[in-house]
Amino acid sequence: MSVRPQARPTGPKPPFWRDRAKRALIFQVLLIAAVAAFLLYIIGNTQANLAARGITTGFGFLERTAGFGIGQSLIEYSSQSTYGRTFLVGLLNTLLVSALGVLAATIIGFTVGIARLSPNWLIARLASGYIEIFRNIPLLLQIFFWYFAVLQALPSPRDSLTLSELVFLNVRGLFLPEPQFLSGFGLIPTAFAVAVVASIALVVWNKRRHEATGKRLPAGWISLALLIGLPFAVLVVTGVPVTWEVPELRGFNFRGGITVIPEFLALWLALSIYTASFIAEIVRSGIQAIPHGQTEAAQALSLPQGLVLRLVVIPQALRVIIPPLTSQYLNLIKNSSLATAIGYPDLVSVFAGTTLNQTGQAIEVISMTMAVYLIISLLVSLFMNWFNARVALVER
Amino acid sequence: MLYNKNKLVLMSAAATLALGASGLAAASTLEDTRDRGAVQCGVSDGLPGFSSPDDEGNWQGIDVDVCRAVAAAVFGDAEAVRYISLNAVERFTALQSGEVDILSRNTTWTTTRDTTLGLNFAGTNFYDGQGFLINRDLGVSSASELDGAAVCVQSGTTTELNLADYFRANGMEFDPIVFDTSEQTVGGFEAGRCDVLTSDTSQLAALRIQLSDPAGAMILPEVISKEPLGPVVRQGDDQWYNIVKWSLFAMLNAEEYGISSDNIDDLLDSEDPNVARLLGQDGNYGEGMGLDADWSYNIISQVGNYAQVFDRNVGMDSPLEIERGVNALWIDGGLQYAPPVR
Amino acid sequence: MTIRHEMLPERPAPSLTVGPIAWLRANLFSGPVNSVFTLLGLYLLYILLTPTIQWAFINADWIGTSRDDCSREGACWVFVNARLPQFIYGLYPRAELWRPNVVFATFAVLIAWLAIPRLPFKRWVTLIALIGFPLFAYAMLYGGYFGLPVVETHRWGGLMLTLVLAVVGMVAALPIGILLALGRRSQMPIVKSFCVVFIEFWRGVPLITILFMASVMLPLFMPTGVSVDRLIRALIGITLFQSAYMAEVIRGGLQAIPKGQEEAAAALGMSYWRRMGLIVLPQALKMMIPGIVNTFISLFKDTTLVMIIGLFDLLGIVQAALSDSRWLGFAVEGYVFAAFLFWIFCFSMSRYSQYLERKLHTGHKR
Repeated sequence: MSVRPQARPTGPKPPFWRDRAKRALIFQVLLIAAVAAFLLYIIGNTQANLAARGITTGFGFLERTAGFGIGQSLIEYSSQSTYGRTFLVGLLNTLLVSALGVLAATIIGFTVGIARLSPNWLIARLASGYIEIFRNIPLLLQIFFWYFAVLQALPSPRDSLTLSELVFLNVRGLFLPEPQFLSGFGLIPTAFAVAVVASIALVVWNKRRHEATGKRLPAGWISLALLIGLPFAVLVVTGVPVTWEVPELRGFNFRGGITVIPEFLALWLALSIYTASFIAEIVRSGIQAIPHGQTEAAQALSLPQGLVLRLVVIPQALRVIIPPLTSQYLNLIKNSSLATAIGYPDLVSVFAGTTLNQTGQAIEVISMTMAVYLIISLLVSLFMNWFNARVALVER
Repeated sequence: MLYNKNKLVLMSAAATLALGASGLAAASTLEDTRDRGAVQCGVSDGLPGFSSPDDEGNWQGIDVDVCRAVAAAVFGDAEAVRYISLNAVERFTALQSGEVDILSRNTTWTTTRDTTLGLNFAGTNFYDGQGFLINRDLGVSSASELDGAAVCVQSGTTTELNLADYFRANGMEFDPIVFDTSEQTVGGFEAGRCDVLTSDTSQLAALRIQLSDPAGAMILPEVISKEPLGPVVRQGDDQWYNIVKWSLFAMLNAEEYGISSDNIDDLLDSEDPNVARLLGQDGNYGEGMGLDADWSYNIISQVGNYAQVFDRNVGMDSPLEIERGVNALWIDGGLQYAPPVR
Repeated sequence: MTIRHEMLPERPAPSLTVGPIAWLRANLFSGPVNSVFTLLGLYLLYILLTPTIQWAFINADWIGTSRDDCSREGACWVFVNARLPQFIYGLYPRAELWRPNVVFATFAVLIAWLAIPRLPFKRWVTLIALIGFPLFAYAMLYGGYFGLPVVETHRWGGLMLTLVLAVVGMVAALPIGILLALGRRSQMPIVKSFCVVFIEFWRGVPLITILFMASVMLPLFMPTGVSVDRLIRALIGITLFQSAYMAEVIRGGLQAIPKGQEEAAAALGMSYWRRMGLIVLPQALKMMIPGIVNTFISLFKDTTLVMIIGLFDLLGIVQAALSDSRWLGFAVEGYVFAAFLFWIFCFSMSRYSQYLERKLHTGHKR
């Protein structure tokens, strides 16, 4: 005879701490209480401290006149601008060096990463030498090296290194000629816009035609020709309405043209070179993660080598590469805050440095700075997740 | 695993407490200082003449001597000081949070700092003004010729603001090159990153002798601002404020009455009532500050009077060779003036 | 027609398929493009290495006491030599230098013991390294016990401070990271969202703003009158930052353990903490070691940022020495020396982590 086990044990109900659901509830309530108590404690302390010491609080300082100069600014700025303006100037400078850094690091990183897999022994060794050297030395040290050891060893403005009297390099930075657009120049952006629209249309049409008939045009090359050729043709037709303002030595410094300050150069070089060494490793492991059978199968279909890479290897490798690549981009953006060590006027240097110091409002300034980086991180992650979802395998 | 984890947390908590306990404070700064056995003094991170460590790590300078004077008044021992070097950014927070008892770090007395940061300026131990240091071969002899110059300046200082004001008021343009520390500022100037270095003139004198070729650089005659530099204390502890204030005044009064560390023992039975009061022979003027009667005797005998301090650190007996100028006593036509002891 | 009855003597393979020439052909000159690349590479090596070697070794000055002993044609290692004690120990009193030395030696022995697979008692040594050693190092370096004179933390510096920051940051971040990782995988929504927010916040902001916060804002969070040592403040910032990264590494390791393991343990009636402590974490931690070593390498490099808040780590003290008026103009030597030290540490650790990865892979390879 078998006794059928009862669904519920009889007898006294177990004590509430043996009940998992209740325990979880109690634990979470306790956690909330602990976190809230901790926050209240900190806020209370801070308020007591601020009151006891008579320290001013609030965001009113953003409206006050800053009164100090900034060496590089993408928007109009003078010492009569407000502290709020210094925040914007710093933010734009951070974004500038980050964007150009991401671009350069990606180019160097992909080149080195592919070179690392080269069948040429020497090239592969050189690439791995680059990776091992630059990723094992602290970034701050590299920034100092470029700034204090390399750029400050450049000659003074009077003995500048020059490229045919157009481009000048000296201890004050890199001076480039600046294009001055005359009237009639407005046609060129228009021509460029037309070229962009035409290229997109061509790509879409080409894809449809390919799917329908199996035939296709080299759309990439045609669009490239359009994008470069059309504005250039307009330029020639309108009689080249551009003059170049060449920098020249006037008084103490070079005036005119585009000035790239050495702080920017040092930071940009160090960020790109350092991050590229990580990107190279990511690219290498991404490509190596593709099973060799994939390449062999594509070759067996007698696809040419270029198409094997473009249609088989790279799309699959990108799936492996993108998540770690995203975190490297985020690292680069965060690392650009090291600008403060050499005085490149980025957000941390201008706002969390000078503005904090002149106003003494640590809490407001540091919170704003942290919030900016959090938002940038969030936006980049969202974008890269979207991109990743597009290239991800559609699993059935 | 869990066991280890708890122990780790406990251990780090214990270490935190052990290291941080030094800061656990009671109500009064004087009591804390007495319990600790040393005055905690915030100084600059290395500025010759004002505060810099020598090769053996002993701190010297006119700002350092303010701390030594306070230590002499409180403990009768000028060496009972713990020096904490602070950069420009963290100096006020360090004082506000009680990490230091005195901030003696060539800090300019301004309205904002005095009224919104929870601080009190306890006097002026050096009257300064902002000037320009320039390479001789630029051929510039006046600051009005500096239009378009690149200027090296230290971040977070009043000089950064004065600089912008001066160039704007004179309708000139400039490129600010901002550095974090005075060392980096000199480095930038030396490398030619900028044409001009601007700072308080006393600092310029100190920085000039750090250059590899001091003779090749000169200080322009213009002084574009007033920079009263002095020790700072926290608001809300008047007793401590008085101690620092009167330690400074004791050195000034000593110079005025001709008392120095060399002749102080001969003057102990002086007939001059001013001298007798200052040296604690007639009445106890330390009592109101919670100090002994010989508080000023200790300051003068161990640290010296203001003239000695000035000459030794920044004046003619030092490599800086700064003239007394406005820092002379009022009886000699300067600005230094101390209220009487009585 | 002839029939050969005995074997021909063996002949070596044609020299074009074996030996150095064949290797050269296969690896360096397999085609015109490759040959051009090889020649370019050789030229690059030549223009990079020749001046470097000449500067660093052939024309360098090694012996002396002041800048006058340097000919200035090559590197002046005299500078590094003269400042070496400062670079290693900071301003630590010269009479007490044996204390950091003992700590360094103990540390090296413990690390070697843990790193060499053959030595026994790993568990006990780990316990000593994680609990006993920090206490011992604290007592030795700070003093105040066993009649050792106290050495204030603001005299600590150089490589010693770098190691203190990295090791303490690491050891303190490990338990917090484990808790955060478990919390992030928890079923309880509030615990989970709290951990997610905590981790993503610290990972989203640059370390330098955290250090600024620790040095400028933290004092305002404390009750009136309590002040925390500057080194401790930096350590708090570094630990919070590091624990967020550690949590993500640990989460990765936890995910690699099949769910069946935990379910089996639950079926045996084990409580949550026993399941985690006895079944999941021991397996996961082993697989996480390479990841942990990698985050330690980044932390080790990131400690250089403390110089921005006024602590003199290895880079900070080198930077400070560069502005000494008696030794102006030796920036390259200073940086190269610091870079060399950092590189040695980071490179050997990354090699060790790669070795571990290969070794640990065997059990879980699919």
